[in-house]
Amino acid sequence: MSDDIILEMRDITKTFPGVKALENVNLKVRRGDIHAICGENGAGKSTLMKVLSGVYPFGSYSGDIRYEGQECRFNGIHDSEKRGIVIIHQELALVPMLSIAENMFLGNEQATNGIINWDKVRRRAAELLKKVGLREDPDTLITNIGTGKQQLVEIAKALAKDVRLLILDEPTASLSEKDSQSLLDLLVEFKAQGMTSIMISHKLNEIKRIADQITIIRDGQSIETMDKADITEDRIVTSMVGRSLENRYPHREPAIGETIFEVKNWSVHHPLHPERQIIKNVNLSVRKGEVVGIAGLMGAGRTELAMSVFGRSYGTNISGEVLLHGKPADTSSVGKAVKAGLAYATEDRKVYGLNLIDHIKHNVTVANLPAVSSRSGVIDDNAEIRAANEYRKKTNIRSSSVYQITGNLSGGNQQKVVLSKWLFANPDVLILDEPTRGIDVGAKYEIYTIINKLADEGKGILVISSEMPELLGICDRIYVLNEGRIVGEMNASEASQEKIMRAIVRGEEKAA
Amino acid sequence: MSTETAAPTVSSAKATAQDAIKANLREYGLVLALIAIMIFFQFTTNGVLFKPVNLTNLILQNSYIIVMALGMLLVIVAGHIDLSVGSVAGFIGAVAAVLMVDFGFNPFLAGLICICVGAVIGGVQGYFIAYMKIPSFIVTLAGMLVFKGLALWLLGGRSVGPFQPEFQMLSAGFIPDPIGPWTIGGVKLHATTIVIALLIVAGMLYAALKSRRNRESHGYDAEPFGFFVLKNVVMAGIVLFLLYMLASYRGLPNVLVVMGVLIAVFVFVTKRMTFGRRIYAMGGNVKAAALSGIHTERLTFYIFAIMGALAALAGLIFAARLNMATPKAGAGMELDVIAAVFIGGASALGGVGQVAGAVIGAFIMGVMNNGMSIMGINIDWQQVIKGLVLLGAVAFDLYNKKKA
Repeated sequence: MSDDIILEMRDITKTFPGVKALENVNLKVRRGDIHAICGENGAGKSTLMKVLSGVYPFGSYSGDIRYEGQECRFNGIHDSEKRGIVIIHQELALVPMLSIAENMFLGNEQATNGIINWDKVRRRAAELLKKVGLREDPDTLITNIGTGKQQLVEIAKALAKDVRLLILDEPTASLSEKDSQSLLDLLVEFKAQGMTSIMISHKLNEIKRIADQITIIRDGQSIETMDKADITEDRIVTSMVGRSLENRYPHREPAIGETIFEVKNWSVHHPLHPERQIIKNVNLSVRKGEVVGIAGLMGAGRTELAMSVFGRSYGTNISGEVLLHGKPADTSSVGKAVKAGLAYATEDRKVYGLNLIDHIKHNVTVANLPAVSSRSGVIDDNAEIRAANEYRKKTNIRSSSVYQITGNLSGGNQQKVVLSKWLFANPDVLILDEPTRGIDVGAKYEIYTIINKLADEGKGILVISSEMPELLGICDRIYVLNEGRIVGEMNASEASQEKIMRAIVRGEEKAA
Repeated sequence: MSTETAAPTVSSAKATAQDAIKANLREYGLVLALIAIMIFFQFTTNGVLFKPVNLTNLILQNSYIIVMALGMLLVIVAGHIDLSVGSVAGFIGAVAAVLMVDFGFNPFLAGLICICVGAVIGGVQGYFIAYMKIPSFIVTLAGMLVFKGLALWLLGGRSVGPFQPEFQMLSAGFIPDPIGPWTIGGVKLHATTIVIALLIVAGMLYAALKSRRNRESHGYDAEPFGFFVLKNVVMAGIVLFLLYMLASYRGLPNVLVVMGVLIAVFVFVTKRMTFGRRIYAMGGNVKAAALSGIHTERLTFYIFAIMGALAALAGLIFAARLNMATPKAGAGMELDVIAAVFIGGASALGGVGQVAGAVIGAFIMGVMNNGMSIMGINIDWQQVIKGLVLLGAVAFDLYNKKKA
């Protein structure tokens, strides 16, 4: 470790019409470090990185950027990439129907006079893929590989541009535990080779593991920068939210009643390759007032299980039985599933959960319009406003009114709108798929509180999550799913991360 | 977006006049644009544009475009497009001519059959789009070719007409005047039209007041009272003026009554009914809509069936207006219809658009056609100007949204 500063951003201020996104932010990154940037959603982390990479060109912000000892005035991504600064965005920028190699050299084609040298492309692609430890044919289409591997392709793409400062915006947000681990290992390996990285992350345990320094940003201001030795989770959390969170998971006294939801002998096949069985003979149950978790790695089939149960929204050749209150329930379409008392809040709220161009009111009522309209289908405006306001208050959505466009809300508030939508449908059983993905610590706490309240009201809740501590923190019972099979079931009191992982590994052995 | 979205105000804060003007400029910008264009042509045509006979003509000339724009709005809000409407309208005109002229069908029966055929055509295209998941652009492009060809085949290259007088009344007739003409200030007025105008204005004011009271009861204060009064007086004045002009000629055209009822129904359906709300939800995010229990396929199917029925009605109106069916009827109409919807503020990505906008968009196109024709501008330059107006209107709209 040296005091050799590769990047210094001084007094960066960036305003959008009506909002000050960044105010006098300072950031110093040492050469060869992994520097973490941490902060709540909307704190300004991504804006800061966009300033650095030239997405917001010089002149649209105030303050200085010094990189490699030189003053920088980037007018676009091209300028910053020429200097070896490469940013990998949270939403991967890969073209699904192009191959790995084509994606890696997108905008950086290995060509002379506009004619692509395919031999060179494949050779270099293979070299770089080896560097990031991805064993795939460079000609494989992006759409055919998983998110974890796609992330590696992004990194290989950055390497192809001779990256010297790699910026990763929440690189592990959509990765499973296992893929996250290998990605973090890769970053450490790059560090040993002398590369500097900046990593934006919500995941405190990851930061603690690999970061050398961490800068906290809150409400558009840089709060503090601390060294590895000083990093503790408590201190990070305190800095991030401006107050200390005693307990990350609110306490609940479980009051568990009779079984209200059962899935029996559930089997599902892949919609495009019907010979592949995705869900294999799954049995599970949820009781009244109980929060049940489903743990498992990415690709274990958790979302597929939930979506196939919820109106057969996924898969073909589905067999098995769904019981609500002990009676067989017809969940063969989403409408019927909702009527039967089931609700499913999707893992990707932007793609599957919300109409982002419409306001809160319309999003809240859309799944249960009959409740605010007459028999002939005429909507009662008053009833609708009342309902939207009630749920806005109930889930504590922070907005100027129910007429705010959901696309402009922060991730946490968007998630609350999704929850409101399903609470308004008044289900007996809620399936929540990654309910806290990509939202900050404060909003997570609020979501947990809502989950607890629902359990107290006697609803059954099934939570799918990739974050094991979260499942351990809020669930009464946890199922472990692996490769479409339930490989373990444990009460929260006896569960631990190790136990869950052991169940997964044992399941894999059995399957092999 | 509805009035409410234009002015999202915090419940406690009172909206200022400036806010209200800003919000209303976006809401009524199109109306102002239409008025500005009309005044412009009033001058360039030496006062011909606002003559009662020309205003009546304007409505008659554009009625079929507006009828189709209503359906096209639903199609575009749902995130689709329908290129076949012009051909379908032409084909239905041919069917109507064959039924009435060649086979002597009763005009009402023939009209009903034609609208049903239109709905079936739309439904079949909707089936391919909704259930077979073929992009609407392709399906309706195919439909455009198919029905253009079928119309040619059906008419065998001839023009068929004239129609029975009852059928002509659809486009050439005016509502009767049982109350009898009034003569006020030396002008002979169609009394029934005046009475209807007063009833419409009363209804408008009542609805505006009711909605305002409703908003207040929920703590959403839309605009200062003075501004509210001014706005509604101006709107009422415009309606009264236009209907007065019509009354001083021959009264309300039958086709305007048909159009008015359809517009009212479509405004109600899109703003107040679950059916309409679901179209917006689907256009905004089809995956989220499906996972919220909306039958997106069925909904798409219905939308295209409705579009087909409206295209058929437009075909009837057009045939009745020409008093014959010609093989070339309907050619290119789809472009005017689609342009009207986009000028009216609908988004090509779906989820955004208003019935009122589409109607005004159609009138903007119509007034320009009419005004430029009176001025004697050649059809070639008319096309160029219309194209530029379409591009300009959408560019201006996007610019405004970005700034907001």
